[in-house]
Amino acid sequence: MHYLLRRIGGAALVLSLAFIVAYVMLTALPGDAVMARYGNPDLGLSAAELAQIRTAYGADRPALLQFLDTVASFLRGDLGYSVQTGAAVSTLLAAALPSTLALALLGLLVAVTVAVVIAVAATHGGLRHLGATRALRSTLRGLPSLMVSLPVFWIGIVLLQVFSFRLGLVPVLNASPLQSLILPVLTLAIPIAAPLAQVLIRSIDEVSAEPFVAVTRARGASTRWLLTRSVARNATLPALTMAGLLFGELVGGAVVTETVFGRMGVGLVTAQAVAARDTPVLMAVVVLSAVVFVVINLVVDLLYPVLDPRLRSTTAAPARREAVAA
Amino acid sequence: MSVPPLLQITDLSITYRTRRATVEAVRGIDLSVARGQVTALVGESGSGKSSAAQAAIGLLPENGRITGGSIALTGQDGSREELVSLPEHAWRGLRGTRIGLIPQDPTSSLDPVRTIGASVAEPLRIHGWHDRERITARVHELLDRVGLDDPALRARQYPHELSGGMRQRVLIAAALALDPDLLIADEPTSALDVTVQATVLDLIDELRDSTGAGVLLITHDLAVAADRADQLVVMRGGRIEESGPGAAVLAAPTAEYTRTLLDDAPSLRQGVDRRPRRPEPGQAPLVRVRELRQEFPRPGSAPFVAVDGICFDIAPGTTHALVGESGSGKTTTGRAIAGFRRPTAGSIEVDRTEVTALGGGRALRDFRSTVQLVHQNPFGSLDPRQSIAAILEEPLRNTRRGSRSQRRSAALHHLELVSLPPEVASRRPRELSGGQRQRVAIARALILQPELVVLDEAVSALDVTVQAQILRLLARLQDELGLTYLLISHDLAVVRQVADTVSVLRRGRPVEAGPVERVLEGPHHEYTQALLAAIPGAGRQADQLHPEAVPAS
Amino acid sequence: MSILSHTAGARPSTGQRAERVRRPALRPTVALSALVLLLALAWALAPGLFTGYSPTASSTEALQSPSAAHWFGTDATGRDVFARVVHGASHSITAALIAVAVGLVVGTTIGAIAGTVGGAVEETLMRGVDVLLAIPGLLLSLSVVILLGFGTTNAAIAVGITSIATFARLSRSRVIAVRQSEYVEAAFGSGGTLPSILWRHILPNSAAPVTALAALQLGSAILQISTLGFLGYGAPPPTPEWGLLIAEGRDYVATAWWLTLLPGLVVAAVVLSTNRLSTALGKGEQA
Repeated sequence: MHYLLRRIGGAALVLSLAFIVAYVMLTALPGDAVMARYGNPDLGLSAAELAQIRTAYGADRPALLQFLDTVASFLRGDLGYSVQTGAAVSTLLAAALPSTLALALLGLLVAVTVAVVIAVAATHGGLRHLGATRALRSTLRGLPSLMVSLPVFWIGIVLLQVFSFRLGLVPVLNASPLQSLILPVLTLAIPIAAPLAQVLIRSIDEVSAEPFVAVTRARGASTRWLLTRSVARNATLPALTMAGLLFGELVGGAVVTETVFGRMGVGLVTAQAVAARDTPVLMAVVVLSAVVFVVINLVVDLLYPVLDPRLRSTTAAPARREAVAA
Repeated sequence: MSVPPLLQITDLSITYRTRRATVEAVRGIDLSVARGQVTALVGESGSGKSSAAQAAIGLLPENGRITGGSIALTGQDGSREELVSLPEHAWRGLRGTRIGLIPQDPTSSLDPVRTIGASVAEPLRIHGWHDRERITARVHELLDRVGLDDPALRARQYPHELSGGMRQRVLIAAALALDPDLLIADEPTSALDVTVQATVLDLIDELRDSTGAGVLLITHDLAVAADRADQLVVMRGGRIEESGPGAAVLAAPTAEYTRTLLDDAPSLRQGVDRRPRRPEPGQAPLVRVRELRQEFPRPGSAPFVAVDGICFDIAPGTTHALVGESGSGKTTTGRAIAGFRRPTAGSIEVDRTEVTALGGGRALRDFRSTVQLVHQNPFGSLDPRQSIAAILEEPLRNTRRGSRSQRRSAALHHLELVSLPPEVASRRPRELSGGQRQRVAIARALILQPELVVLDEAVSALDVTVQAQILRLLARLQDELGLTYLLISHDLAVVRQVADTVSVLRRGRPVEAGPVERVLEGPHHEYTQALLAAIPGAGRQADQLHPEAVPAS
Repeated sequence: MSILSHTAGARPSTGQRAERVRRPALRPTVALSALVLLLALAWALAPGLFTGYSPTASSTEALQSPSAAHWFGTDATGRDVFARVVHGASHSITAALIAVAVGLVVGTTIGAIAGTVGGAVEETLMRGVDVLLAIPGLLLSLSVVILLGFGTTNAAIAVGITSIATFARLSRSRVIAVRQSEYVEAAFGSGGTLPSILWRHILPNSAAPVTALAALQLGSAILQISTLGFLGYGAPPPTPEWGLLIAEGRDYVATAWWLTLLPGLVVAAVVLSTNRLSTALGKGEQA
């Protein structure tokens, strides 16, 4: 119970700090959103009219009050208004979300599958005894590091070039919703699969080197038995800590992928907001991402003791190593 | 010559292919294990004993290869099976069913995320048992048989909830699950406390008796082998130095190396020629420890009391030993005396300085030159990036003693003092062997010319022959420099060799103290008696084995 | 040695540990990676040595496919693509170096202070690091770019800020690990002071993994900066920045494959090389 409360408290603290950072960077420092939107002399607004608008938006009040206002409205679910279009940011994002969710979930699914396949194939003990596959194994081991070195936007363009223009397998125009997902999903999956595969390979290697795995082998276990019963669960634990990081990759990947393929979605909205210096939109995206990130990490933290019995008994925590008394 | 032995290894050779070269780890060895008997394979690190055992269960590392010879396993029906170049699937059928393995480190040999019951049931499931109830019944029976109370409860627990000795019992239970003919016990007790070690070895003995299995016992400890082995095989550098019936080998070793091992085994021989020291009457003690108490705070519960009520004196020029098993508080006490952690209560006086009153900073740094600590692990206590000369000069630089050239010559002098050649000065720690590193650590401790040296298990990570060399070195240095030692050890045999007085600790409390001869020859406390009885080889008095060797004490 | 020690490639300990001294292995892939990086560096320092064409002026007909005269072909305005890639190296690599410098200096300072001082200072600093981690990297750098304005240097700083957290975490954990080591305790035991031990033991022994991370981050920074360039928040056209270069070729995917494919391969080769070197650095230091 103590553990639970401490974790939740820590998450809330990080979230509040992240909100402050985002607010300072995107609302307080860039200056006046009203001026950015209406200050353009071309609009021909007079100083009095501007002041009126400022009052309407509350832009003339002390900074702290404005901050508290923003906090209150975010808590109510009011994410502000786009400077560019004047629409409510929440409406804007809600409209863009389904398409991005579909892309992200499919991308994650493909990425996890690819990562697991690569990691298992690259570390599979059964291959070890076949000399011919030595080269294959080292190729597989090198694959994630190659995948992580490719610029995401470039992957998208090359996939488009090859599959749509060269081979004509995926239509560019008049594609069905499903067809239009294929290449973006692949583009998004590669940069997410790569670090996941790297972590999986490393943790499978580490767990396989543990004496208890060798002891299981000495009990007559086959390679598959070792992988599915001894290694899998122990090796998943480190990969789980990657969840938050992968979410970050997913967000970044969505921005780039949606830009490359011109798909409507949160990523494209974000990219356009940056181009137009539409800070309220970016602010909302940043804050929402931070919320998701913190929640994911909280869930992982709470899940850990479930998967690892060693973390369950807090009373039996090993005595810490004595600090050097200097 | 009638019945073929259970396991017969003939002319076995094993090589390892490394990036640079091929290393011959085992060069044509012969050994056999008979049903119901123990063959002990004894050797120091790098002797090839582990490779031989790995080959016998078909688990050589990927880069290891059997280059010649034969390993034959005879079944109960007399059928002979050749194990060299047996295909992997056939090996799988043998492992767990006919050959069982008792691994070395009980802590890391159990899957941490699975229950004890699941681990013990694993060989059964691997070899085709499906009936849940039958498996559970067998698991409980096995846990009961290895002496664990309340098997049903134990089966539901996780490895981290059990003590080291209990975990080793669990591993033995798993090895026995399918009644194998051959048990390979790989250093089964070297990670355990001495009293636990004795009970685990007894258990293996008893199970061998009742099941009739043959045991191949791999150990670095000749004393353990001496107690338990029917056949004794001594290996060094991939070859067999000597083999034969255990009693015969011990009584009349033919190989030079076996004799060295025997001489260096602290429990079998007085290997260190040392004059016992008596404090002169009326002389003030160098160290006075009174009612030492050390607590460690624990979040969410009462502080953990590591040490309580420790009192002892050490006369100048003598060696006092703190003996105990893990958790006895001996290291905590040593560190408090060396000024590394301020005790919660009590007094420590070293050379008329009250250590507990030192505030830190200048006063504490000055005190450091009076007391020096030598760590257990010579691999961790030397900075891998420094040269040996820099390591030795550092204490002098810290205390601003001497000029650059004086520091250099002091470093060289101390290398000589610990019998290391001067060219070592320019090397890095990783280029030295464990024994050489420990010599460097001792030289570093001595370079400040301390009064007291705290030796925290300073020889327990070393091979027995190296250990004996370091103990002899320490004895010589004490003679030459008039040093006072506080020796922290779990090994009563080592203590008997080099200590004058001893305090026996148990769970942070002193149980018995006094002159070594008195405590070890006539222990009052039953815990001391248990510790003494548990020393491997204790049953074999040195003079009994080797009448002409007269113990020096 | 346990008979079950590391099944996947145990070495027999021969007792002569002196044999184990190994230099960082100069494997062919490592040598090749070093070569690629040196070439990229040479491009950045002296682009004129590698190409006679101007990166910004059109030299010939537009959209020619690769040939002996124009290795990477020409773009829509007749500029030599290879010349643009070579000249782009200085933008991309300088920016990446700035980014790594920002992350390395700020991150390791935070981490080293947190690891050395401990207590409330550590708690506060590491909470700050957690906040940096909580905002996805690209969004964080976009926010910084909005604040500072578009441009290569600003993009570089933005990317650098995203790597502060990684550097801080690693250096803190290294400092703590080294600080708890017995040789540091032995140094305190022989009268050492915290500053002298920090300088003599803790920093040198913490440096190796941090260096490896810096090499890794160099590649990652090149990628992130090119991503910002691609999105249009980096250098303005006609600067031959790598990401921008690929973005410009995007309109011709259907007809002129070389405009995107070849510059992308160059970026991938450079990044892959930094990754390989980083692994080699990490391993070499461990041995």
